[in-house]
Amino acid sequence: MTLTAVRALPSRAPARPGGAPRRRPHRHRRQDALVGYLFIAPQALGIVAFVLVPLGLIAYYSAHEWNVLAGTFRFVGTENFERLFTDPQLGGVLQATTIFSIALVIANLTLALVLALLLNRRMRGVGFFRTVFFSPVVVSLVAWTIVWGFLLQADGGINGMLATIGIEGPNWLREGPTAMASVVIVQVFKNVGLNMVLFLAALQGVPHELFEAARVDGARPSTIFWRITFPMISPTILLTVIITIVGSLQVFAQIAVLTQGGPGTSTTVLVYYLFQQAFQFGKFGYGSVLAILLFLIVLVLTIVQWMLRRKWVFHEN
Amino acid sequence: MRTETAPDVSRASRRSRRRTLSYLAFYATMTVLAVPFVFPTWWMITSSFKPITEIFAFPPTLVPENPTIQPFLDVFALQPFAQQYWNSAYIAIVVTIGTMLVSSLAGYAFARIQFPGANAIFLVVLVGLLIPAEVTIVPLFQMFNGLGLIDTHWPIILVSTFGAPSVLTTFIMRQFFLSLPVELEEAARLDGLNRFSIWWRIAMPLARPALAAVAIFSFLHVWNLYLEPTVYLQSTELFTLPVALTRFTDAYGGALWNVQLAAATMTAVPVLLVFIVAQRQFVEGLAHTGLKG
Repeated sequence: MTLTAVRALPSRAPARPGGAPRRRPHRHRRQDALVGYLFIAPQALGIVAFVLVPLGLIAYYSAHEWNVLAGTFRFVGTENFERLFTDPQLGGVLQATTIFSIALVIANLTLALVLALLLNRRMRGVGFFRTVFFSPVVVSLVAWTIVWGFLLQADGGINGMLATIGIEGPNWLREGPTAMASVVIVQVFKNVGLNMVLFLAALQGVPHELFEAARVDGARPSTIFWRITFPMISPTILLTVIITIVGSLQVFAQIAVLTQGGPGTSTTVLVYYLFQQAFQFGKFGYGSVLAILLFLIVLVLTIVQWMLRRKWVFHEN
Repeated sequence: MRTETAPDVSRASRRSRRRTLSYLAFYATMTVLAVPFVFPTWWMITSSFKPITEIFAFPPTLVPENPTIQPFLDVFALQPFAQQYWNSAYIAIVVTIGTMLVSSLAGYAFARIQFPGANAIFLVVLVGLLIPAEVTIVPLFQMFNGLGLIDTHWPIILVSTFGAPSVLTTFIMRQFFLSLPVELEEAARLDGLNRFSIWWRIAMPLARPALAAVAIFSFLHVWNLYLEPTVYLQSTELFTLPVALTRFTDAYGGALWNVQLAAATMTAVPVLLVFIVAQRQFVEGLAHTGLKG
């Protein structure tokens, strides 16, 4: 590895304009290499200590029955992995995770796109509304979640407002379907501003002539959207889909504050289940297996993103 | 929504009326859409000035009828909130400055310095982007437990500054340095400046926009951390704000809503005010980091 890299260098050097680095080659380069290692050392060592070593430890833990509360630690081979298939709760957990991610992606991206399309115009006040829609992004996540939790109480603000117009609202956070919907909605309004800004940037990158040409040809707005706008911003759509799904797999504070995974396991997403198993029930071995599962899902999604990027996206800058 | 002008020049007044109508429709739509974004913050702030008797009043009061600052006083009586505020603030500042240094050093080296194995190391570092913090939390807890660092701020500071969260910012810095023209640095080099001086005195001042994005991203990231402090911290006086916010309950475990919301207001409003002042940097910085992530 080291040798090939060194040998590769001289061939690269003449390609640089001017060819200045040819002079004073050796001393400088070796010194440079040392400086390079020093510069990346904090980051590289941090990754080794806080990412690679922990990943290795997960693999090690996952082969052990380790109950912190009971103080047991013994080698069990693949038993923890087999538990994945017999765990009666895991099906519900994966279902909740899937529902949450899909609902979030659909709601978030639709709203983000609608807001971006509405704001993609020169008009007084557009900047103000952009700020308004973005503002929850910078509000502390737990603070935001607590307010929504308060609003969604059985006797909270939302049901209070509904009651003034004669509607009796449900106990949002304590009934299965509405609990899931609530967690999704809280998350959508928190972060949709980010995707909206990304879409706005993408929309502004679409050449104006395309729209004008289509309009001259008498295309309808819906045709223009599906035939021009949508394909032109498809790279951004794909990117935001993946970012949003990966982000949705990491939703923890919202669940912990709003529903604690309930009622039943209806809002117990994988991350929250992992936390429960490891830190509430003290099962570090099984918790590690769940961590591997989470890691694999994120990995697969990332690979899918790379592959789709090559194949599916019409337009890439 | 967009007024398509029919070739009807003679009726200018009708056209302008139609335009006014479409403006009105636009602003009305936007205002309705803005409600779920603004109302929670409004409700958080106003409710924290309400006495507990008014908090669940029916019909709900949009503005407190009997405003009181008692909830804010209770926040400090129920928890060491000033201490917790300080914990969050100093951790966020230390990590933000640390991340700016770690990421700009590594980003600069990956962009500019040729050394054996650079590409391979860069790929290994990028692995950090693939690993959600939740995946490594169990072994990290065990490692810090072995070092006797549980119930200290060290795990949060160390992992945030050097671990996976700083990979994204390193990537941002690398991309930025790659986009800078190299001639300036080469001139400085011929003048005899060493790499460190070039990085600090030439590249860093030019990198202010990227550094601002990195600073905003990492400050908000650390300020909002919830899982990590929940796992690593046990003593109330060591809590950071997000953990502290969830612990305002009465003797029976019932939520003290107005006190909790007063604490949430004190947590959220300062950041919101900074955002309103520097919104362009926030939007561009966060969108930039979001895009690269």
